[in-house]
Amino acid sequence: MAIKAKHQRLVLLVIALVVLVAAGLLAAWALRNQASYFYVPSEIVANPPRPDRAVRLGGMVEKGSLKTEPDGVTIAFVVQDGKARVPVMFRGIVPSLFVEGSGVVAEGRLGADGTFVADNLLAKHDENYVPREMRDMTSQQARQVVAETK
Amino acid sequence: MHGFANPARFLRIARWLMPLCMGAGIVVAAAALGWGLFLAPAERLQGETVRIVYLHVPAAWLGMAGWMGIAAASFTELVWRHPLAGIAARACAVPGAVFTAVCLVTGSLWGRPAWGTWWVWDGRLTSMLVLLFLYFGWMALSQASEASDGGQGAGRAPAIFGLVGAVNIPIIHYSVIWWNSQHQAPSITMGKSAMAGAFLWPLLIAMLGFTLIFAGCVLARMRAILADRQAEARLRRKALSEAEF
Repeated sequence: MAIKAKHQRLVLLVIALVVLVAAGLLAAWALRNQASYFYVPSEIVANPPRPDRAVRLGGMVEKGSLKTEPDGVTIAFVVQDGKARVPVMFRGIVPSLFVEGSGVVAEGRLGADGTFVADNLLAKHDENYVPREMRDMTSQQARQVVAETK
Repeated sequence: MHGFANPARFLRIARWLMPLCMGAGIVVAAAALGWGLFLAPAERLQGETVRIVYLHVPAAWLGMAGWMGIAAASFTELVWRHPLAGIAARACAVPGAVFTAVCLVTGSLWGRPAWGTWWVWDGRLTSMLVLLFLYFGWMALSQASEASDGGQGAGRAPAIFGLVGAVNIPIIHYSVIWWNSQHQAPSITMGKSAMAGAFLWPLLIAMLGFTLIFAGCVLARMRAILADRQAEARLRRKALSEAEF
């Protein structure tokens, strides 16, 4: 029985697609470090960038760590990822979503003393969407409420 | 499936299905947007700015769905040479590109108050911008191949482009999971949601409404392309018969 032309095309195309997807996944895998938008504190601590190199540091603002310096415009806080902590200094206006216990991306340089001096701060919000009425709850309670809607 | 290979039969169905999708889509999307913009609560941290999600997320979904439509039609075109496949792919391109652009613009407007920036070159934003450029490239290629083969099918080259470009779709989706990014991880994943129901329901209904509008646009464009082909064929026959005299 002769193989129908359309069956041949189907098999060839499926093979081509499998190869294509594999190539795409390999490329993405190879990019997994280079394509990241920021380093997390444990990466910065394990492998500190040179002081003249501009890098981005991303993580959570540690609760209770946010302090305003006596000059009134410089703030200091700690960014942590659960494994390591990096102290950060920033002078300027912070985005309105920048709060303790929330995500942040800081652009700047790691000083020789291990303090990260940021030129720019970006707030990073997480995937949780919680109505304002729940704002007085702790994040634990809010997660509970969200979990109930799943 | 080959029952639909007959364009006349497709046109009979599309004639009533298109206005049905369009009408239902407009009603459902308007209701969902009304709910989202006026009745849904403000978000705990983001406040009122969260309301743009009811446009941003449906636009992102349809920008990606448009390319999935092009890829599925391209596959059908290459394997089964279905006469409507190339037309369906062409019909998906413009609405898909428009929704991708809406997603990028609303995302940028949202990024300013939420993150403190209009744009960052992280994995999610960059791969979505690549999708918009893929649409532009695909439209140019399909126009060129249409012009060169005298309208006989959308041609082999755009179909191959459509399938190769589909590699970008999982990259968009996983960009926030594979790589550290400014954009947050997906809130809605298979079977669960990190979004409270007060946001989730208007969002899901808005996605349904805009999807119906998208389907209506695709059907309308398929009808228009078929009508163009018919008119062209008629003109060609007329020119031939006049030339004989």
